[in-house]
Amino acid sequence: MCLAVPGRLISIDGDDPLTRQGRVDFGGVIKSVNLAYVPEVQEQDYVLVHVGFAITIVDPREAERVFEYLRTLEQEADEPQ
Amino acid sequence: MKYRDEYRTPDAARGYADAIARITTRPWTLMEVCGGQTHAIVRFGIDQLLPESISLIHGPGCPVCVTPIAYIDKALEIAGLPGVILCTFGDMLRVPGTHSDLSAARARGADIRVVYSPLEALTMARENPGHEVVFFAVGFETTAPANAMAVYQAERAGLENFSVLVSQVLVPPAIRALLERPGNQVQGFLAAGHVCTITGYEEYEPIARKHGVPIVVTGFEPLDILEGVYRCVRQLERGENCVENQYSRAVRRPGNAMAQHVIQAVFQVVPRQWRGMGGIPDSGLGVAPAYRSFDAETRFGAVNGEVEAQGECLSGAVLRGEVRPDQCPAFGTRCTPERPLGVTMVSEEGACAAYYRYRRPAGGQARE
Repeated sequence: MCLAVPGRLISIDGDDPLTRQGRVDFGGVIKSVNLAYVPEVQEQDYVLVHVGFAITIVDPREAERVFEYLRTLEQEADEPQ
Repeated sequence: MKYRDEYRTPDAARGYADAIARITTRPWTLMEVCGGQTHAIVRFGIDQLLPESISLIHGPGCPVCVTPIAYIDKALEIAGLPGVILCTFGDMLRVPGTHSDLSAARARGADIRVVYSPLEALTMARENPGHEVVFFAVGFETTAPANAMAVYQAERAGLENFSVLVSQVLVPPAIRALLERPGNQVQGFLAAGHVCTITGYEEYEPIARKHGVPIVVTGFEPLDILEGVYRCVRQLERGENCVENQYSRAVRRPGNAMAQHVIQAVFQVVPRQWRGMGGIPDSGLGVAPAYRSFDAETRFGAVNGEVEAQGECLSGAVLRGEVRPDQCPAFGTRCTPERPLGVTMVSEEGACAAYYRYRRPAGGQARE
């Protein structure tokens, strides 16, 4: 139920901060999404969408961290004790 | 799909599993709070990648599952009134009430409509001014901003035929209640990442300190969960009890300020009954006095929340993490998604449904 799906914001419609809508591309499926909770969002940002609302913006730099962290762990393991 | 597929790569998953095995010297028991995480764990076999000494207990994080039967009965009562359109998320349709469920009521002619977003219910109220439109607002903190926004916009638009039947629950009080239960086994938590996109994770810090448990805010993809387990085990091995944020691509420490603002305007913190856990103080949200006229309980009478007996069904113990779904004698035989005995088998995110779908007993056919 707390499922939230990442998608790319391709356009923003409207000025009212409460009802501003965006068109979000989920791997080819385009849906209209409420943007009230991501006031700082810009086109081309990735957002997580839950029940018709964008709830957060995906940070592209932090998105790499899970892989960088694994590399650090593997390097530690390779070092002689 | 970007930001999904890359977190499912088998090589990296094995890399994390190896890293967990390298640091594990003792048995540890962790709980993943969210039903979405439970499904990912069972679906991708993440538990089977871990050292045998690490146990994952499935938590109560399925809002459909913990909604007391009294709310289902109330929704059924409201849906049976003339001129009412009851809107609900699809997950609620087959949850058994005392005598029936919403799906059966709809088949008998009640106007019950499945919506994807609470805003669709709002549109329905605008388009049907001669009807009372009631939205069954179930959810954890992740869904609260959407449900609150529907009420906020209804008030702004002066929509008098819209109301919400609210069964909103909160994660931190449930974690505290689990930790305070006698015989608690859980030594560390994977907190639900999407809940924390809204709330942030400051509220978890005193829980981690007071109870001496590490809490790692964790995402939903296999690599997220494996990294969450790694971070949790590393803290346990070192004797630490901090809150860490594994899901930093989506979660910031203070959470989503705008969402919190609308939730605090529309809702207030209230005590809640949880199926399987009983009453927990300050563990839910109800409609705030300023928006009382949009509360379905104001219009149609209050819900009388009693904790119900479950009969043969062990879903209460499953929700508390005391029994694994496949340890229930009825699992997969007398209890299936088609003929469920309890809600954890009904809901898409229920632990029993996950085990049925991905871990069928020998002889059963896995669907995926």
